[in-house]
Amino acid sequence: MDQKQRQKTAEEQRYQQRVNEKMPRSKTLSQCVRAFVAGGLICCIGQAVRAFGEITLQLDQDGVAALTAIVMVFLGATLTGLGVYDKIGTWAGAGSIVPITGFANSIVSPAMEFKREGLILGTAAKMFTIAGPVLVYGVGASVIVGLITCLVAK
Amino acid sequence: MQKRLGRQTVVFEAPPRIAAGASIVGDVEGSGPLGGYFDLILEDDTWGEDSWEKAERKMFEQVVRRALERCAMQPSEIDLLLGGDLLNQIITANFAARELAIPFLGLYGACSTMAESLLLGSMLIDGGYAGHIACAATSHFSTAERQYRYPLEMGGQTPPTAQRTVTGAGASLLVEPGYTGGAELRHIFVTGGTIGRVVDLGITDANNMGAAMAPAAADTLAAHLREQNRKVSDYDMIVTGDLGSFGSEMFAELCRDKGIDLSDRHRDCGNMIFFPEQKVDCGGSGCGCAAVTLNAYLLRRMEQGDFTRMLFMATGALMSPTAGMQGDSIPGIAHAVVIERR
Repeated sequence: MDQKQRQKTAEEQRYQQRVNEKMPRSKTLSQCVRAFVAGGLICCIGQAVRAFGEITLQLDQDGVAALTAIVMVFLGATLTGLGVYDKIGTWAGAGSIVPITGFANSIVSPAMEFKREGLILGTAAKMFTIAGPVLVYGVGASVIVGLITCLVAK
Repeated sequence: MQKRLGRQTVVFEAPPRIAAGASIVGDVEGSGPLGGYFDLILEDDTWGEDSWEKAERKMFEQVVRRALERCAMQPSEIDLLLGGDLLNQIITANFAARELAIPFLGLYGACSTMAESLLLGSMLIDGGYAGHIACAATSHFSTAERQYRYPLEMGGQTPPTAQRTVTGAGASLLVEPGYTGGAELRHIFVTGGTIGRVVDLGITDANNMGAAMAPAAADTLAAHLREQNRKVSDYDMIVTGDLGSFGSEMFAELCRDKGIDLSDRHRDCGNMIFFPEQKVDCGGSGCGCAAVTLNAYLLRRMEQGDFTRMLFMATGALMSPTAGMQGDSIPGIAHAVVIERR
Protein backbone atom coordinates (compact mmCIF):
# COMPACT_ATOMS: atom_id res chain seq x y z
CA MET A 1 0.00 0.00 0.00
CA ASP A 2 1.27 3.46 -0.78
CA GLN A 3 2.60 5.13 2.33
CA LYS A 4 0.93 8.45 1.55
CA GLN A 5 -2.46 6.87 1.08
CA ARG A 6 -2.19 4.78 4.19
CA GLN A 7 -4.51 6.14 6.85
CA LYS A 8 -3.17 6.34 10.36
CA THR A 9 -5.16 4.10 12.61
CA ALA A 10 -6.67 5.54 15.77
CA GLU A 11 -4.18 3.51 17.80
CA GLU A 12 -1.23 4.96 15.90
CA GLN A 13 -2.53 8.48 16.29
CA ARG A 14 -3.11 8.04 19.99
CA TYR A 15 0.31 6.55 20.55
CA GLN A 16 2.17 9.19 18.55
CA GLN A 17 0.33 11.92 20.40
CA ARG A 18 1.22 10.34 23.70
CA VAL A 19 4.88 10.00 22.71
CA ASN A 20 4.96 13.65 21.66
CA GLU A 21 3.48 14.75 24.95
CA LYS A 22 5.70 12.69 27.17
CA MET A 23 9.07 12.59 25.49
CA PRO A 24 11.92 14.40 27.19
CA ARG A 25 12.57 17.78 25.58
CA SER A 26 15.81 19.42 24.59
CA LYS A 27 16.77 22.26 26.92
CA THR A 28 16.19 24.88 24.27
CA LEU A 29 17.05 27.95 26.33
CA SER A 30 20.38 26.70 27.65
CA GLN A 31 21.23 25.35 24.19
CA CYS A 32 20.49 28.75 22.65
CA VAL A 33 22.73 30.45 25.20
CA ARG A 34 25.54 28.00 24.52
CA ALA A 35 25.12 28.36 20.77
CA PHE A 36 25.22 32.14 21.13
CA VAL A 37 28.36 32.07 23.25
CA ALA A 38 30.20 29.51 21.12
CA GLY A 39 29.06 30.95 17.79
CA GLY A 40 29.91 34.44 19.01
CA LEU A 41 33.38 33.33 20.07
CA ILE A 42 34.06 31.71 16.70
CA CYS A 43 32.91 34.91 14.97
CA CYS A 44 35.17 36.99 17.25
CA ILE A 45 38.12 34.86 16.20
CA GLY A 46 37.08 35.41 12.58
CA GLN A 47 36.85 39.14 13.19
CA ALA A 48 40.32 39.15 14.77
CA VAL A 49 41.70 37.42 11.67
CA ARG A 50 39.96 40.07 9.54
CA ALA A 51 41.50 42.86 11.57
CA PHE A 52 44.90 41.22 11.28
CA GLY A 53 44.51 41.07 7.50
CA GLU A 54 43.33 44.65 7.20
CA ILE A 55 45.69 46.38 9.61
CA THR A 56 48.80 44.26 9.73
CA LEU A 57 48.85 42.72 6.26
CA GLN A 58 47.26 45.76 4.56
CA LEU A 59 45.06 43.52 2.36
CA ASP A 60 42.18 44.83 0.24
CA GLN A 61 38.56 43.77 0.85
CA ASP A 62 38.72 40.64 -1.31
CA GLY A 63 42.02 39.64 0.18
CA VAL A 64 40.71 40.01 3.72
CA ALA A 65 37.62 37.92 2.96
CA ALA A 66 39.74 35.18 1.41
CA LEU A 67 42.22 35.20 4.30
CA THR A 68 39.47 34.94 6.90
CA ALA A 69 37.75 32.05 5.11
CA ILE A 70 41.04 30.21 4.63
CA VAL A 71 42.10 30.58 8.26
CA MET A 72 38.69 29.61 9.69
CA VAL A 73 38.31 26.57 7.42
CA PHE A 74 41.85 25.56 8.32
CA LEU A 75 41.04 25.84 12.03
CA GLY A 76 37.79 23.88 11.69
CA ALA A 77 39.46 21.13 9.66
CA THR A 78 42.46 20.90 12.00
CA LEU A 79 40.33 20.70 15.12
CA THR A 80 38.24 17.99 13.45
CA GLY A 81 41.39 16.05 12.59
CA LEU A 82 42.60 16.36 16.16
CA GLY A 83 39.28 15.02 17.42
CA VAL A 84 38.36 18.22 19.24
CA TYR A 85 35.65 19.72 17.06
CA ASP A 86 33.06 17.03 17.82
CA LYS A 87 33.50 17.74 21.52
CA ILE A 88 32.98 21.44 20.91
CA GLY A 89 29.92 20.52 18.84
CA THR A 90 28.40 18.42 21.60
CA TRP A 91 28.52 21.44 23.88
CA ALA A 92 27.85 24.24 21.44
CA GLY A 93 25.30 22.69 19.03
CA ALA A 94 24.30 25.14 16.31
CA GLY A 95 26.93 27.56 17.60
CA SER A 96 29.68 25.47 16.06
CA ILE A 97 27.67 24.04 13.13
CA VAL A 98 26.54 27.29 11.48
CA PRO A 99 29.89 29.15 11.14
CA ILE A 100 32.24 28.20 8.31
CA THR A 101 34.28 26.08 10.74
CA GLY A 102 31.25 23.77 11.00
CA PHE A 103 31.18 23.47 7.24
CA ALA A 104 34.81 22.37 7.30
CA ASN A 105 33.94 19.86 10.03
CA SER A 106 31.12 18.39 7.94
CA ILE A 107 33.51 17.74 5.06
CA VAL A 108 36.55 16.56 6.99
CA SER A 109 34.70 14.21 9.35
CA PRO A 110 33.26 11.86 6.68
CA ALA A 111 36.54 12.11 4.74
CA MET A 112 38.37 10.81 7.82
CA GLU A 113 35.75 8.24 8.69
CA PHE A 114 35.70 6.63 5.26
CA LYS A 115 39.48 6.56 4.77
CA ARG A 116 39.34 2.80 5.35
CA GLU A 117 37.19 2.33 2.27
CA GLY A 118 40.03 3.76 0.16
CA LEU A 119 41.06 7.18 -1.10
CA ILE A 120 38.72 7.17 -4.10
CA LEU A 121 35.51 5.39 -3.13
CA GLY A 122 36.00 6.20 0.56
CA THR A 123 37.48 9.59 1.35
CA ALA A 124 36.82 11.33 -1.95
CA ALA A 125 33.35 9.91 -2.62
CA LYS A 126 32.05 10.24 0.92
CA MET A 127 33.57 13.66 1.62
CA PHE A 128 30.46 15.46 0.46
CA THR A 129 27.76 13.22 1.89
CA ILE A 130 26.83 15.84 4.47
CA ALA A 131 28.03 19.07 2.87
CA GLY A 132 26.90 18.02 -0.61
CA PRO A 133 23.31 19.27 -0.36
CA VAL A 134 24.55 22.63 0.98
CA LEU A 135 26.88 22.95 -1.99
CA VAL A 136 24.31 21.84 -4.56
CA TYR A 137 21.60 24.18 -3.39
CA GLY A 138 24.03 26.96 -2.45
CA VAL A 139 25.65 26.96 -5.88
CA GLY A 140 22.25 26.47 -7.52
CA ALA A 141 20.80 29.46 -5.68
CA SER A 142 23.80 31.62 -6.54
CA VAL A 143 23.35 30.82 -10.23
CA ILE A 144 19.68 31.82 -10.10
CA VAL A 145 20.44 35.00 -8.16
CA GLY A 146 23.25 35.75 -10.61
CA LEU A 147 20.92 35.37 -13.59
CA ILE A 148 18.29 37.60 -12.03
CA THR A 149 20.85 40.25 -11.14
CA CYS A 150 22.23 40.10 -14.65
CA LEU A 151 18.77 40.53 -16.19
CA VAL A 152 17.63 43.27 -13.80
CA ALA A 153 20.90 45.20 -14.01
CA LYS A 154 20.55 45.37 -17.80
CA MET B 1 3.10 -32.65 26.34
CA GLN B 2 1.85 -29.80 24.24
CA LYS B 3 4.79 -27.83 22.89
CA ARG B 4 2.77 -25.01 21.41
CA LEU B 5 0.54 -22.74 23.41
CA GLY B 6 -1.59 -20.46 21.30
CA ARG B 7 -0.14 -18.90 18.23
CA GLN B 8 3.18 -17.49 19.40
CA THR B 9 4.31 -19.30 22.51
CA VAL B 10 6.39 -22.47 22.73
CA VAL B 11 7.29 -24.57 25.78
CA PHE B 12 10.05 -27.14 25.87
CA GLU B 13 9.51 -30.72 26.81
CA ALA B 14 13.12 -31.15 27.84
CA PRO B 15 14.33 -27.60 28.48
CA PRO B 16 17.82 -26.91 27.11
CA ARG B 17 20.45 -25.60 29.48
CA ILE B 18 22.55 -22.49 29.15
CA ALA B 19 25.92 -23.93 30.13
CA ALA B 20 28.02 -20.80 29.75
CA GLY B 21 27.89 -17.12 28.90
CA ALA B 22 30.65 -14.77 27.82
CA SER B 23 30.92 -11.07 27.15
CA ILE B 24 33.34 -8.55 25.67
CA VAL B 25 32.67 -4.81 25.86
CA GLY B 26 34.21 -1.44 25.05
CA ASP B 27 35.64 0.96 27.60
CA VAL B 28 32.52 3.10 28.03
CA GLU B 29 30.48 0.01 28.92
CA GLY B 30 33.35 -1.16 31.10
CA SER B 31 33.14 1.97 33.20
CA GLY B 32 29.38 1.55 33.62
CA PRO B 33 27.60 -0.08 36.57
CA LEU B 34 28.15 -3.63 35.24
CA GLY B 35 31.89 -3.07 34.63
CA GLY B 36 32.92 -5.69 37.17
CA TYR B 37 30.92 -8.46 35.48
CA PHE B 38 32.34 -8.40 31.97
CA ASP B 39 34.92 -10.97 30.87
CA LEU B 40 36.95 -8.53 28.85
CA ILE B 41 36.92 -4.75 28.58
CA LEU B 42 38.64 -3.35 25.50
CA GLU B 43 40.76 -0.26 26.03
CA ASP B 44 40.88 0.43 22.31
CA ASP B 45 37.70 0.05 20.30
CA THR B 46 39.60 -1.12 17.21
CA TRP B 47 41.23 -3.94 19.24
CA GLY B 48 44.41 -3.67 17.18
CA GLU B 49 42.53 -4.16 13.89
CA ASP B 50 42.61 -1.63 11.09
CA SER B 51 38.88 -0.93 11.08
CA TRP B 52 36.00 -0.96 13.55
CA GLU B 53 34.17 -3.53 11.45
CA LYS B 54 37.12 -5.90 11.76
CA ALA B 55 37.25 -5.24 15.49
CA GLU B 56 33.57 -6.08 15.81
CA ARG B 57 33.95 -9.38 14.02
CA LYS B 58 36.94 -10.22 16.21
CA MET B 59 34.70 -9.54 19.21
CA PHE B 60 32.05 -11.90 17.84
CA GLU B 61 34.56 -14.66 17.20
CA GLN B 62 36.39 -14.27 20.49
CA VAL B 63 33.26 -14.12 22.61
CA VAL B 64 32.06 -17.41 21.13
CA ARG B 65 35.47 -18.97 21.78
CA ARG B 66 35.37 -17.73 25.37
CA ALA B 67 31.95 -19.22 25.98
CA LEU B 68 33.17 -22.55 24.63
CA GLU B 69 36.32 -22.43 26.77
CA ARG B 70 34.15 -22.21 29.86
CA CYS B 71 32.86 -25.68 28.97
CA ALA B 72 36.22 -26.90 27.70
CA MET B 73 34.75 -27.32 24.24
CA GLN B 74 36.21 -26.79 20.79
CA PRO B 75 34.32 -25.14 17.92
CA SER B 76 34.28 -28.56 16.22
CA GLU B 77 32.05 -29.86 19.02
CA ILE B 78 29.37 -27.26 18.33
CA ASP B 79 26.57 -28.30 16.04
CA LEU B 80 25.29 -24.88 15.18
CA LEU B 81 26.09 -21.21 15.51
CA LEU B 82 23.16 -18.80 15.62
CA GLY B 83 23.77 -15.10 15.68
CA GLY B 84 23.79 -11.74 14.10
CA ASP B 85 24.64 -8.08 14.38
CA LEU B 86 23.48 -4.70 13.14
CA LEU B 87 25.61 -4.23 10.05
CA ASN B 88 24.47 -4.59 6.47
CA GLN B 89 24.53 -8.23 5.34
CA ILE B 90 25.33 -9.10 8.99
CA ILE B 91 28.99 -9.05 8.02
CA THR B 92 30.17 -9.36 11.61
CA ALA B 93 28.46 -12.69 12.15
CA ASN B 94 29.22 -13.99 8.66
CA PHE B 95 32.95 -13.31 8.83
CA ALA B 96 33.24 -14.58 12.41
CA ALA B 97 31.41 -17.76 11.38
CA ARG B 98 33.95 -18.19 8.59
CA GLU B 99 36.73 -18.24 11.18
CA LEU B 100 34.87 -20.48 13.62
CA ALA B 101 33.83 -22.94 10.90
CA ILE B 102 30.73 -23.97 12.85
CA PRO B 103 27.57 -24.65 10.80
CA PHE B 104 25.89 -21.30 10.84
CA LEU B 105 22.47 -19.73 10.54
CA GLY B 106 22.74 -15.95 10.40
CA LEU B 107 20.00 -13.94 12.04
CA TYR B 108 18.86 -10.38 11.71
CA GLY B 109 16.47 -9.20 14.38
CA ALA B 110 18.14 -5.85 15.01
CA CYS B 111 18.64 -5.54 18.76
CA SER B 112 16.36 -8.52 19.45
CA THR B 113 18.95 -10.93 18.04
CA MET B 114 20.10 -12.36 21.39
CA ALA B 115 16.59 -13.46 22.35
CA GLU B 116 15.89 -14.63 18.81
CA SER B 117 18.97 -16.83 18.79
CA LEU B 118 18.23 -18.31 22.22
CA LEU B 119 14.64 -19.00 21.25
CA LEU B 120 15.54 -20.68 17.96
CA GLY B 121 18.46 -22.55 19.51
CA SER B 122 16.29 -23.91 22.30
CA MET B 123 13.62 -25.01 19.83
CA LEU B 124 16.23 -26.82 17.75
CA ILE B 125 17.68 -28.59 20.78
CA ASP B 126 14.29 -29.55 22.14
CA GLY B 127 13.34 -30.76 18.68
CA GLY B 128 16.39 -32.99 18.66
CA TYR B 129 18.05 -31.26 15.72
CA ALA B 130 21.18 -30.17 17.58
CA GLY B 131 22.96 -30.90 20.82
CA HIS B 132 25.24 -27.93 21.36
CA ILE B 133 24.42 -24.50 20.00
CA ALA B 134 26.33 -21.25 20.36
CA CYS B 135 24.14 -18.13 20.29
CA ALA B 136 25.76 -14.73 19.89
CA ALA B 137 25.07 -11.11 19.08
CA THR B 138 27.26 -8.04 18.73
CA SER B 139 27.04 -4.34 18.17
CA HIS B 140 29.71 -1.66 18.04
CA PHE B 141 29.16 2.03 18.66
CA SER B 142 31.49 3.19 15.92
CA THR B 143 30.30 0.83 13.18
CA ALA B 144 26.65 1.51 13.97
CA GLU B 145 27.11 5.28 14.02
CA ARG B 146 28.70 5.37 10.59
CA GLN B 147 26.10 3.03 9.09
CA TYR B 148 23.00 4.51 10.65
CA ARG B 149 23.92 8.07 11.60
CA TYR B 150 26.80 10.52 11.18
CA PRO B 151 30.59 10.34 11.14
CA LEU B 152 32.05 10.20 14.64
CA GLU B 153 34.12 13.35 14.33
CA MET B 154 31.18 15.42 13.22
CA GLY B 155 30.22 17.90 15.90
CA GLY B 156 26.57 17.92 16.80
CA GLN B 157 24.07 17.26 19.53
CA THR B 158 21.75 14.33 20.10
CA PRO B 159 18.18 14.85 21.27
CA PRO B 160 17.41 13.62 24.79
CA THR B 161 15.52 10.58 23.45
CA ALA B 162 18.62 9.24 21.66
CA GLN B 163 20.44 6.17 22.92
CA ARG B 164 24.05 5.06 22.69
CA THR B 165 24.83 1.88 20.77
CA VAL B 166 26.63 -0.51 23.09
CA THR B 167 30.03 -1.76 21.99
CA GLY B 168 29.68 -5.32 23.11
CA ALA B 169 29.55 -8.96 22.16
CA GLY B 170 27.71 -11.61 24.14
CA ALA B 171 27.48 -15.35 23.62
CA SER B 172 25.58 -18.14 25.33
CA LEU B 173 26.20 -21.83 24.94
CA LEU B 174 23.05 -23.94 24.82
CA VAL B 175 23.33 -27.66 25.51
CA GLU B 176 20.85 -30.52 25.62
CA PRO B 177 19.48 -31.28 29.08
CA GLY B 178 21.40 -34.56 29.38
CA TYR B 179 24.77 -32.81 28.92
CA THR B 180 27.26 -33.87 31.58
CA GLY B 181 30.46 -32.11 30.48
CA GLY B 182 32.10 -29.13 32.09
CA ALA B 183 29.97 -26.03 32.49
CA GLU B 184 30.17 -22.59 33.97
CA LEU B 185 26.45 -22.43 34.67
CA ARG B 186 24.72 -25.49 36.11
CA HIS B 187 21.21 -24.39 36.94
CA ILE B 188 20.01 -22.26 34.06
CA PHE B 189 17.34 -23.57 31.70
CA VAL B 190 15.38 -22.10 28.83
CA THR B 191 11.87 -23.40 29.40
CA GLY B 192 9.88 -21.62 26.74
CA GLY B 193 9.44 -18.49 24.75
CA THR B 194 7.22 -16.31 22.66
CA ILE B 195 7.90 -15.35 19.07
CA GLY B 196 7.22 -11.68 18.53
CA ARG B 197 5.21 -9.98 15.81
CA VAL B 198 6.41 -6.91 13.97
CA VAL B 199 4.52 -4.02 15.50
CA ASP B 200 4.66 -0.50 14.12
CA LEU B 201 2.78 2.43 15.54
CA GLY B 202 4.30 4.85 13.08
CA ILE B 203 7.26 6.33 14.95
CA THR B 204 9.62 7.80 12.35
CA ASP B 205 12.22 9.45 14.60
CA ALA B 206 15.46 7.46 14.43
CA ASN B 207 16.51 9.21 17.61
CA ASN B 208 13.54 7.82 19.51
CA MET B 209 13.91 4.08 19.10
CA GLY B 210 12.67 3.30 22.59
CA ALA B 211 9.27 4.66 21.64
CA ALA B 212 9.38 2.73 18.34
CA MET B 213 10.07 -0.58 20.11
CA ALA B 214 7.84 -0.23 23.18
CA PRO B 215 4.63 -1.31 21.37
CA ALA B 216 6.31 -4.51 20.16
CA ALA B 217 7.52 -5.29 23.68
CA ALA B 218 4.05 -4.76 25.11
CA ASP B 219 2.52 -6.90 22.36
CA THR B 220 4.89 -9.80 22.98
CA LEU B 221 4.48 -9.61 26.75
CA ALA B 222 0.69 -9.58 26.46
CA ALA B 223 0.76 -12.56 24.08
CA HIS B 224 3.12 -14.43 26.35
CA LEU B 225 1.12 -13.92 29.53
CA ARG B 226 -2.15 -14.75 27.77
CA GLU B 227 -0.88 -17.89 26.07
CA GLN B 228 1.11 -19.14 29.04
CA ASN B 229 -1.75 -18.20 31.31
CA ARG B 230 0.63 -16.44 33.67
CA LYS B 231 0.81 -13.14 35.49
CA VAL B 232 3.68 -10.68 35.77
CA SER B 233 4.07 -11.80 39.39
CA ASP B 234 4.97 -15.32 38.15
CA TYR B 235 8.30 -13.78 37.09
CA ASP B 236 10.97 -12.33 39.30
CA MET B 237 11.93 -10.07 36.47
CA ILE B 238 10.69 -8.98 33.06
CA VAL B 239 13.83 -7.86 31.24
CA THR B 240 13.62 -5.85 28.03
CA GLY B 241 16.59 -5.32 25.75
CA ASP B 242 17.11 -1.67 25.00
CA LEU B 243 13.98 0.40 25.46
CA GLY B 244 15.96 2.98 27.41
CA SER B 245 14.39 5.23 29.99
CA PHE B 246 11.75 6.84 27.80
CA GLY B 247 10.92 3.60 25.97
CA SER B 248 10.49 1.89 29.33
CA GLU B 249 8.04 4.58 30.38
CA MET B 250 6.00 4.07 27.21
CA PHE B 251 6.22 0.28 27.63
CA ALA B 252 4.77 0.53 31.14
CA GLU B 253 1.94 2.71 29.85
CA LEU B 254 1.09 0.41 26.95
CA CYS B 255 1.09 -2.56 29.34
CA ARG B 256 -1.25 -0.67 31.65
CA ASP B 257 -3.59 -0.11 28.68
CA LYS B 258 -3.62 -3.86 28.14
CA GLY B 259 -4.40 -4.45 31.79
CA ILE B 260 -0.89 -5.60 32.69
CA ASP B 261 0.64 -4.12 35.80
CA LEU B 262 4.43 -4.38 35.63
CA SER B 263 4.72 -3.08 39.20
CA ASP B 264 8.44 -3.18 40.00
CA ARG B 265 9.28 -6.29 37.99
CA HIS B 266 10.46 -4.57 34.84
CA ARG B 267 14.14 -3.94 34.14
CA ASP B 268 15.71 -2.73 30.92
CA CYS B 269 19.26 -3.61 29.85
CA GLY B 270 19.59 -0.17 28.22
CA ASN B 271 19.01 1.40 31.64
CA MET B 272 21.31 -1.02 33.46
CA ILE B 273 24.44 -0.80 31.36
CA PHE B 274 25.34 2.89 31.74
CA PHE B 275 25.35 5.42 34.56
CA PRO B 276 23.20 8.48 33.83
CA GLU B 277 26.34 10.59 34.31
CA GLN B 278 27.86 8.93 31.26
CA LYS B 279 25.80 11.28 29.07
CA VAL B 280 24.07 8.58 27.07
CA ASP B 281 20.69 10.34 26.93
CA CYS B 282 18.05 7.59 27.28
CA GLY B 283 20.52 4.71 27.81
CA GLY B 284 22.12 1.92 25.81
CA SER B 285 20.93 0.18 22.65
CA GLY B 286 22.15 -2.30 20.05
CA CYS B 287 22.30 -6.11 19.89
CA GLY B 288 25.22 -6.05 22.27
CA CYS B 289 23.25 -4.26 24.97
CA ALA B 290 20.93 -7.15 25.80
CA ALA B 291 23.57 -9.74 24.88
CA VAL B 292 26.23 -8.58 27.32
CA THR B 293 23.80 -7.70 30.11
CA LEU B 294 22.32 -11.19 29.92
CA ASN B 295 25.57 -13.11 29.64
CA ALA B 296 27.70 -11.08 31.99
CA TYR B 297 25.23 -10.10 34.65
CA LEU B 298 21.74 -11.65 34.58
CA LEU B 299 22.78 -15.29 34.08
CA ARG B 300 25.38 -15.08 36.83
CA ARG B 301 22.98 -13.48 39.27
CA MET B 302 20.53 -16.22 38.46
CA GLU B 303 23.13 -18.95 38.87
CA GLN B 304 23.87 -17.57 42.34
CA GLY B 305 20.20 -17.94 43.11
CA ASP B 306 19.28 -14.27 43.30
CA PHE B 307 16.18 -14.94 41.22
CA THR B 308 14.59 -18.01 39.73
CA ARG B 309 12.48 -17.07 36.72
CA MET B 310 12.85 -14.24 34.27
CA LEU B 311 11.34 -13.32 30.96
CA PHE B 312 14.18 -12.11 28.77
CA MET B 313 12.68 -10.03 26.03
CA ALA B 314 15.19 -8.40 23.69
CA THR B 315 13.64 -5.65 21.62
CA GLY B 316 14.62 -4.67 18.10
CA ALA B 317 14.01 -1.50 16.12
CA LEU B 318 13.95 -2.74 12.53
CA MET B 319 15.24 0.57 11.28
CA SER B 320 16.60 1.05 7.80
CA PRO B 321 18.20 4.30 6.69
CA THR B 322 16.86 3.71 3.15
CA ALA B 323 13.27 3.13 4.28
CA GLY B 324 13.60 6.07 6.66
CA MET B 325 14.65 8.41 3.85
CA GLN B 326 11.64 7.22 1.85
CA GLY B 327 9.40 8.30 4.69
CA ASP B 328 8.76 4.91 6.27
CA SER B 329 8.39 4.43 9.99
CA ILE B 330 10.43 2.19 12.28
CA PRO B 331 8.87 -1.23 12.89
CA GLY B 332 9.66 -2.90 16.19
CA ILE B 333 9.93 -6.52 17.27
CA ALA B 334 10.45 -8.30 20.57
CA HIS B 335 11.09 -11.97 21.22
CA ALA B 336 10.77 -13.45 24.68
CA VAL B 337 12.50 -16.43 26.28
CA VAL B 338 11.67 -17.80 29.70
CA ILE B 339 14.88 -18.47 31.60
CA GLU B 340 14.60 -20.42 34.84
CA ARG B 341 16.86 -21.62 37.61
CA ARG B 342 16.31 -25.25 38.50
